[in-house]
Amino acid sequence: MMTKAFFSGFGGQGVLMMGISLATAAMNKGLHVTYLPAYGAEMRGGTANCTVAMADEEIASPVASAPDYLVVMNSPSLFSFQNKVTAGGTIFINSSIVEARPIRQDVKTICIPCADIAHELGNTRTANVVMMGAFIRESNIVSPDIYLKTLETIMGSRKKSLAEINRKAFTAGYDHAGA
Amino acid sequence: MNKVLMSGNNIIGEAAIRAGCRFYAGYPITPQNELTEYMAEHIRKAEGGVFIQSESEIAAINMIAGASATGTRVMTSSSSPGIDLKQEGISSMAACELPGVIVNIMRGGPGLGNIRPSQGDYFQATRGGGHGDYRTIVMAPATGQELADLTMDAFDLADKYRTPVMILADGMMGQMMEPVIFKKPPPRNYPEKFMLRGAGDGRSKFIRGLLLDPIDSEEHNWKLYRKYEAVKKSEVHCDEYLTQDADMVVVAYGTAARIAKGAIKRLREKGTKIGLFRPITLWPFPERELRTLALKIKNYLVFEMSTGQMLDDVRLALQGYADIEFHGRPGGAVPTPSQLANVIAKIYDKID
Repeated sequence: MMTKAFFSGFGGQGVLMMGISLATAAMNKGLHVTYLPAYGAEMRGGTANCTVAMADEEIASPVASAPDYLVVMNSPSLFSFQNKVTAGGTIFINSSIVEARPIRQDVKTICIPCADIAHELGNTRTANVVMMGAFIRESNIVSPDIYLKTLETIMGSRKKSLAEINRKAFTAGYDHAGA
Repeated sequence: MNKVLMSGNNIIGEAAIRAGCRFYAGYPITPQNELTEYMAEHIRKAEGGVFIQSESEIAAINMIAGASATGTRVMTSSSSPGIDLKQEGISSMAACELPGVIVNIMRGGPGLGNIRPSQGDYFQATRGGGHGDYRTIVMAPATGQELADLTMDAFDLADKYRTPVMILADGMMGQMMEPVIFKKPPPRNYPEKFMLRGAGDGRSKFIRGLLLDPIDSEEHNWKLYRKYEAVKKSEVHCDEYLTQDADMVVVAYGTAARIAKGAIKRLREKGTKIGLFRPITLWPFPERELRTLALKIKNYLVFEMSTGQMLDDVRLALQGYADIEFHGRPGGAVPTPSQLANVIAKIYDKID
């Protein structure tokens, strides 16, 4: 069983961090994983995207022909990548800033106002973690426990105080997706 | 040692330090900056470790040549345009028989090109790049684990043959993260007699690449040649995937081999009999292995992220005994497995 997820947005939105945390969590669960980033030469404001492949067998290509999941954090990403998604796949939309909706009828669309939720929680920068809450709930690739533990380990060494903020953000996204 | 998720650039750095690399010099360039950054942070924690961000690529290669002459394990890294600048130094290290590891995380070219993954530096790497009759051992890892293992092997080979060894990967191998387990490298065994550490009370030693007497120089060239012949005899590595029953075999290395494997998996599900031949050492090229395969399989497709460079080596190896097709994506373009599968399927349908 092979699952590929594609995360995209502006540089600075934590798009690559979403991919790294998912890939690490999937590895911790015992899956084979690859994480492939692509970003512009800019430090901020450029486009950023990454592909995470997860499987119970060796992964040949880290490049996704047709990802099962697409997470779009900004509008240009929706226009650029919605056609890549496999039929029956799922598109997650950061509906706080993305007004457009997919033109495709053969995919499931999940809108999460993750920037607004993060803002209400007091830290706009956790919008990506809010989205991951929704993503983990819908995709079921790894359990919320494994994901949160992984996230803590990744962030742990430099930003200890963030653990609690991230947990709240994650839970808010998780609950929103279930509501 | 646990499994850890690391980017290719960081894997090379960690493997190098574990293999005993204690001198690194480099100058920043995308897409290999994470390697320089990793060495800056970690090599100083190892006993005797020295990191230098040099003023240029030319300075970096000459710094590692100097450190290598003292008997230190050394490495430098760059990406395509920066590797151009190192060629004089690599030629000099080959002439002076100085071991060292040079990492090229290739990007789109020619010229400044772009920062996307590419394989356009095959000729430069395998044909020597710099001037004179010399060869560079070239290794082409295709997984995170291979990046770790081959980096460690590269240091041993560099010592064993006292010659520069190149790790040839591309932006995708450098930036991609994969799980890796670092093996325990064997202890280093490099004879004291090749190290310049001050004569003290003993006889003076010297290392030089300038041989003004043509007869001396000719003998030195033949000596290097014999060394390269020994490398060709015993250091060839390659990998085969589903070639047993194949009607057609794709020949690809590094990232291109990963994409090809994905494409082959797709095509196999539809019943086509396609295999993969993946050179792991690009020089020496696995000629004999490919020729042996050609005794039973007569159709080959060379796939490279270039306009066709390894293609020449495949032609030389097969010498007209098999049909060879080519598909290339130069300049930083990377196809998806499904795109490549379409190309392979079209060519497969044409074979009889």
